This record gives sequence, C-alpha cells and structure tokens, in this order.
Amino acid sequence: MFKLLKYSLYDILKSRFAILYTIFMVLVAVSIYQVSEDLAKVSLSLLNIMLMIVPLIAAVFATTHFFNNLEFTELMLAQPVKRRNVFLSQILAVIIMLSAAILIGFGIPMLLWGADESILILLAIGIALSIVFAGLAFLASVLTRDKAKAIGISLSFWIYFSLIYDGFVLYLIYSLSDYPLEKTTLSLVFLNPVDLGRIIMLMKLDISALMGYTGAFFQNFFGSAKGMLLSSSIMLLWISWPIATAMRIFKRKDF
Amino acid sequence: MISVRNISKKFGKLEVLREFNLEFEAGKSYALMGPNGSGKTTLIKIILGMVIPNKGDIIVQGDSIKNNFKYRSNIGYMPQIGRYPDNMKIGQLFRMMQDMRPEIKEYDLELIGTFGLDQMMEKPMHTLSGGTRQKVSAALAFMFNADILILDEPTAGLDPMAVETLKNKIKKERDSGKLILITSHILSELDELTDQAIYIYEGDIFFNDSVDALKETTGEDRFTTAIARLMEWSLKKKQHKTEMSHV
Repeated sequence: MFKLLKYSLYDILKSRFAILYTIFMVLVAVSIYQVSEDLAKVSLSLLNIMLMIVPLIAAVFATTHFFNNLEFTELMLAQPVKRRNVFLSQILAVIIMLSAAILIGFGIPMLLWGADESILILLAIGIALSIVFAGLAFLASVLTRDKAKAIGISLSFWIYFSLIYDGFVLYLIYSLSDYPLEKTTLSLVFLNPVDLGRIIMLMKLDISALMGYTGAFFQNFFGSAKGMLLSSSIMLLWISWPIATAMRIFKRKDF
Repeated sequence: MISVRNISKKFGKLEVLREFNLEFEAGKSYALMGPNGSGKTTLIKIILGMVIPNKGDIIVQGDSIKNNFKYRSNIGYMPQIGRYPDNMKIGQLFRMMQDMRPEIKEYDLELIGTFGLDQMMEKPMHTLSGGTRQKVSAALAFMFNADILILDEPTAGLDPMAVETLKNKIKKERDSGKLILITSHILSELDELTDQAIYIYEGDIFFNDSVDALKETTGEDRFTTAIARLMEWSLKKKQHKTEMSHV
C-alpha cells in the first residue's frame, strides 16, 4: 500500500498541475490579504472563493488523473497487489496533492500575516471539500470507460452542488415561507457538502444575524457543541460514501 | 497448474467466453489461437484477475484466484500492448516492479542485457518506440523467474534479431519446466515454441490437444496448414449452424 502510494505520489507531485494550482492558491490568498486588514473579512472572502474553486478543481483534476493514470493502474493490477490498495493509492495521492496545495497556498500567507481559529476551520473545510469532490470524481470515473463522459459527470456534480442546489433551496423557502421551515432547511443543508461547509464557516464567523430568522435557528443549532459534532459527522459521511462506492465498483471493474 | 473451470464472460450483450474449461499443466507450452476477437486476451486477463468473470472460477497452483492476489507473484505477464506510466524512466519502472515483489530477491536480467536496455535506463517511457516498449515488457515478464509465463503476442513489433533472442529465451524457460502460454498470429513461431495447441472459436474451445495430434487429425504434416484446415472447419461449422437456423 505505502509502496503504491509512494509511486503515485511521486508521479502526481512531479506534474505541472500541482505546482500551478499551489501558485494560484497563494496568489488568491495574498491578494485578499492585501485588500483587507480585518481577519474576519479575509476569511469570508477566502471562503467564497474556495467554495467555488476547490470543488471544481478537485472534480476535474481527479477525473483527468484517473484516466491519465489508467496505464499505471492496469500495470499494477497484473502485479501481486490488492485491487483495493491500487484504488486507495490513486485517490490518496490526489487527495494529498489537493490538500497540500490548499495548506501551502493559504497557509503561507496566514503565517506571514496572522490567522485566527476561523481560518483554520476554513482550511479544514477546503480539505474536506477536496476529498468529497475527488471521491465523486472517482465515482464518475469508475462508472464509465470514457474520459469525456466522466469529466462531464464530475462537472455536473459541481454545477449541481455549487449552483443549482442553492437556487432550489431558495425557491423552496420562498414559496413555502408561510410555514415553519427551520428543520427542513437544516436537513436540506446536510444534503449538500458545499452548503454544509459554508454554514459551518458562517456560524464560526458569527455573522449569522445577516441570515435572519433561519440564521438564528442555525446559530442556535450549529453554535452548540452538539451541532458542531453532527455537522462534522455529516461531512464525514460525505467524505466516505463516494469513495466507498467507487471502491466497490472498482473492485469488480474489467480492465 | 492452472485450471479454468466453467468460465463465462459477457461484455454487455456480447458473450465472449461460454462455459470455458481448460487445464494448463506445468512443463508444457500452449499455443492459444483463434481469430481476432475470439476471447484469447479476455481469457488471459481473467487468469490475471484484470477482468472479472461472470461465472466460474480459476485455480492457479491449487488456490482459487477469487479475492486472492498473491498468486500473481508467480506469473510473468507480457501484455499485447505494454502501457506504462509516461513520466517514468525504464530504470525506475524496473525498480518499481522489483519493489512490488519484495519476496523475490534473485532477478533474471538476461533479456535486459541482450536487448541492450541497460544502455537506456534513463530514458522516459513516453520517448520509447513500440519495439523498445515491447522489449521492456518482455524483460519484465521474465525478470522474476515466475513458474508461469503468459505471453500475449510476444513478438509483435520486434525486429528480427530481437524476435530470435526472445524465442531462444522462451525455449530455454520451457525446457527448464515452466508453464508457458502464448497467443500469436504468427503460426511458424508457435510451431517452434509450443507443444500443445488450443483453438478458440466464438467463445468455445474448438480444438485442444497436442500439436502432433492436431497434425494427425487434420492429415497435414505442417503446423501452418493444419491450423488453416482447422480454421476452415470452424468456419464450415458456423455456416452449417446458420443454414440450420434458416430452416
């Protein structure tokens, strides 16, 4: 397992993409730090950018990596190694690369200009979202034999969770505004990892007042230790189910 | 050494192998033949665990291959088209494969020397020509002194000198008592290297016996003509089937 991981990591870290992505993250963080002095504002801006970009990059990169590394995968499958380990080494390499880019890209400016707890949570959310979307991308990749189709599926995951889902929830709240919807909206948030990340962060930043009555309800819920525990466990579910499903399909796949 | 038991495999609606039963014994060398798309490579990939059969099981050296990966350390496999990570250099690739089989300490590096691969250890895989890639595949298949050698179109794309080297190597390994399984379309080469002939046609085994028995049944004393006769028969059988269906 570690040997396999070593070789996949070696391959991925040498790719130009890893470096470009890290540099891009550094540039984003530096420019936002330049604009504002207020750490809360900085982390809010970083959050907004991250929630859009990190899932997109994770989805596209993980899919292309899966197909570009198909030769390596095929070669390994004829060797005395477990299929499970071949799969895990591939996805772990992607996750490690994406997380390292976030940690380095956002971490270096933080070390230079200071950070508080909220920014650490921001990093954790970024890594969690990378894992979720890398898992969804691998799921899309093992479901199809065609690279273009897999990228299409991964992108539609991103579009759905980042754009369409919010519109759907807003429409629901607006059209049913006569009813008490707190619990419903809360559970709807749990069905979308991007929203989940955003809410956790907003609660931490203590600006939920901007979100009105529902915000107060969320504050009530997420502010407590119980709420934090529940939302992190839901995030863990989001991290694990795509990877577990993709692995089960990979184990039965023909190469 | 390898027994294939009731293997069936479908790709979508296409039935590639149907209730397949075969025995491969140690010390013999088998020629696996059949027209394009008859399921030769699929059978090999099933034995290697790269393709999962719909039904049936395969026993390699006494163990089922289901949920088993260790048996593969005893198989040297040369794929039809060797596909390797582009960024890797030849030397790195060899080291990586050795790293994957830590229990094997003695390497057979003969082919690396005779193919001159030791001169180009620093070349990345994507710069290699098809023939050199094929040489790398061959060197890898023989590197670990595996008891079972599976060679899928081993000489395709090799220059005549390399073909001769590879053939001599195969003969040498055959005479030392290894199980060798070769698919090829070059019949003269199979005649030289193998003593058992298996002919697959449309997912069924059409012929499975020694080469001598093949020559006897077909009444031909040359291997190539005997196989041609066999192909004729298999085609006739198919025509026969279609005529029947029209009735």
